[in-house]
Amino acid sequence: MLAPPRGGRAVRAGRVSLRVGGRSVGLVLAALGLLVLVVAVDLSRGSAQLGLGEVFSVLAGGGDRGARFVVTELRLPRTSTAVAVGALLGLSGALLQAFARNPLASPDVLGVDRGAAAGAVVVILAATAAPSLAGPLAAVGVPLAAGLGAMGTAVLIYVLAWRHGVHGTRLVLVGIGIAAALQGLISWMLIGARLEWAAQAVRFLSGSLSGRGWEQVAQAGVALAVLLPLAVVLGHRLDALVLGDDTARALGVPLQRSQLAVLVVSVAAAAAAVVASGPVGFVALLVPQVALRLAGRAARGRPPVLASAALGAVLVVLADCVGRTSLGLDVLFTLPNEVPVGVVTSIVGAPYLMWLLVRRARERTV
Amino acid sequence: MLVVAAVVASLALGSRSLPLDQVVGALAAGPAPAAAPGAPESAVIVWQLRVPRTLLGLLAGAALGVAGGLMQGHTRNPLADPGLLGVTQGAALAVVLAATAIGADGVLPPQVTVGAALLGAAVGALVVVGIALGGARSRGLTDPLTLVLAGAAVTALLGSLSQAVVLADATALQAYRYWAVGALTGPPGVVALAAPVAAVGLVLGLAGARALDLLALGDDVARGAGLRVGPARVLGVAGIVALVGAATAACGPVAFVGLVVPHVARALVGPVHRWLLPVAGLVGAALVLVADVLGRLVAGAGEVPVGVVLAVLGGPAFVVLVRRLRLVTL
Repeated sequence: MLAPPRGGRAVRAGRVSLRVGGRSVGLVLAALGLLVLVVAVDLSRGSAQLGLGEVFSVLAGGGDRGARFVVTELRLPRTSTAVAVGALLGLSGALLQAFARNPLASPDVLGVDRGAAAGAVVVILAATAAPSLAGPLAAVGVPLAAGLGAMGTAVLIYVLAWRHGVHGTRLVLVGIGIAAALQGLISWMLIGARLEWAAQAVRFLSGSLSGRGWEQVAQAGVALAVLLPLAVVLGHRLDALVLGDDTARALGVPLQRSQLAVLVVSVAAAAAAVVASGPVGFVALLVPQVALRLAGRAARGRPPVLASAALGAVLVVLADCVGRTSLGLDVLFTLPNEVPVGVVTSIVGAPYLMWLLVRRARERTV
Repeated sequence: MLVVAAVVASLALGSRSLPLDQVVGALAAGPAPAAAPGAPESAVIVWQLRVPRTLLGLLAGAALGVAGGLMQGHTRNPLADPGLLGVTQGAALAVVLAATAIGADGVLPPQVTVGAALLGAAVGALVVVGIALGGARSRGLTDPLTLVLAGAAVTALLGSLSQAVVLADATALQAYRYWAVGALTGPPGVVALAAPVAAVGLVLGLAGARALDLLALGDDVARGAGLRVGPARVLGVAGIVALVGAATAACGPVAFVGLVVPHVARALVGPVHRWLLPVAGLVGAALVLVADVLGRLVAGAGEVPVGVVLAVLGGPAFVVLVRRLRLVTL
């Protein structure tokens, strides 16, 4: 499981020390390069097509006025939100999978997403019932309710899965049950609501990035700026946790506190992503495992946090670009103007989950 | 006894509760047409609203209960449930697709609805079972995690596809929003067509009960006892598909009945399928009716669809079952 430490150098700052390996740095750089490319493509596509060169010149501060308007006013807020959401989901999944030592643990499979969404839907419907409060509720209430919903769900799952310690399989199964019950609650709330409010909530629940402005970018960006450094530090502490509880304790890692911190950061990141875009499924499940495979032995048996965040951003931007422009498939089907990004990621991610199951089961029988 | 009590409650309770003697009186007086002049109000309510609904609840509950028993028996997996395993979502997607392809204003001819639901249920079931079997030749279906997660993955995929279709067709949302959660107020034409399909499924399922008892001993033992395993399994899957397809066409996806009911039935009469399956049918009918009455009572003038009530109650029940499982995997 654990590769012996090879190469790399230790970086120390006060009590925090990280070991930086060549391959993981390379992976992060490659993922960031890919992200820049995907972002540029996303910015160039749409009803007004731009060349990649034009996009880069606008981003560098040049470009003509028309191109500047399209890129910075129309498309950049949305693309930036996609980047932030993807990064948050990637890091959330990476931490949770390392924490549970289970590739199936991710905020969407466990129902943490659904908890955040349920909290947010309560406030969305409350805001439409009391229009005078809509402004403050949307700004403060939705993030707060989503955070509380996610945290409450996570605690509930953890407590219910606890039986002489938390068992990975039981954690996942309990999460599925809780997610189903929450889904029922959300439907319950939607049915009571008037159609136009319900439509708004349904759009939110399908995970859409349409019409995202700079406020959402700011919210998600702040969350990312706070959580990403924390996640990187905690991720390194997780290296010890991957060895098992006893070994970690023997190595002097404050076990309970580390686990709690990992859980809190992961859940907070998932909640922040839900606030910005609604629940976008399967990113947090899929991306960390891809990052883990790419990193190989450098990852030391747990999904690398930074690379997961970068690849998550790549995936969400790409999925949103596909959903937004439909890739010319509208010739074949009558598609809506826009497929929500959450639907695209589910269509990509669900087959991956099936493949993962088939492979896991094979490995176990061999 | 339980079923009779549930039927009476379903007939009597609602946004206008009727005293029992009025219900009995209305039933004894024979069917009342909707616009008959001079007919007492209670008779109209009972015959026009409550009786069809109660019959549908009985049908759907029995179908799902038996389907759950069959599924848990065939997979030897205590967490198998048609609602969790993508069968109902498959039926839902097929109906939604048919609605956008053929239906004007989301209204479909009943034959198309039932046919599409059956087809969708069959495809959903085959995909999930295929994944679980592909995973491990020896123990794929009995491993609770693999089967449930494969079902969750298929459900998510099919649900997203349904959602994409519904978003393309903004007028379909209103209809879909109610249909997608499961309610006992389906169009009468569909219900009339679904009933015989469910009956066929019930017969198939009960006919296979003896074979299931043998299969519970393992495929090899069953073969040694003279059972032809392949045909028995095909029969069972056909029964499941007919039952779930009919129930889904009639009242939309209703989850967790198939999961919880067989466990209750097992606690009542033990694990022998000849007894288990009929009892599961009765318990399922009672459960759906009680959930429906609950949904009518808690919301006052409006109502909460039975599918939502069952999801809210069923999630915790699933968690309880998981906690009782002795997990050997991982």
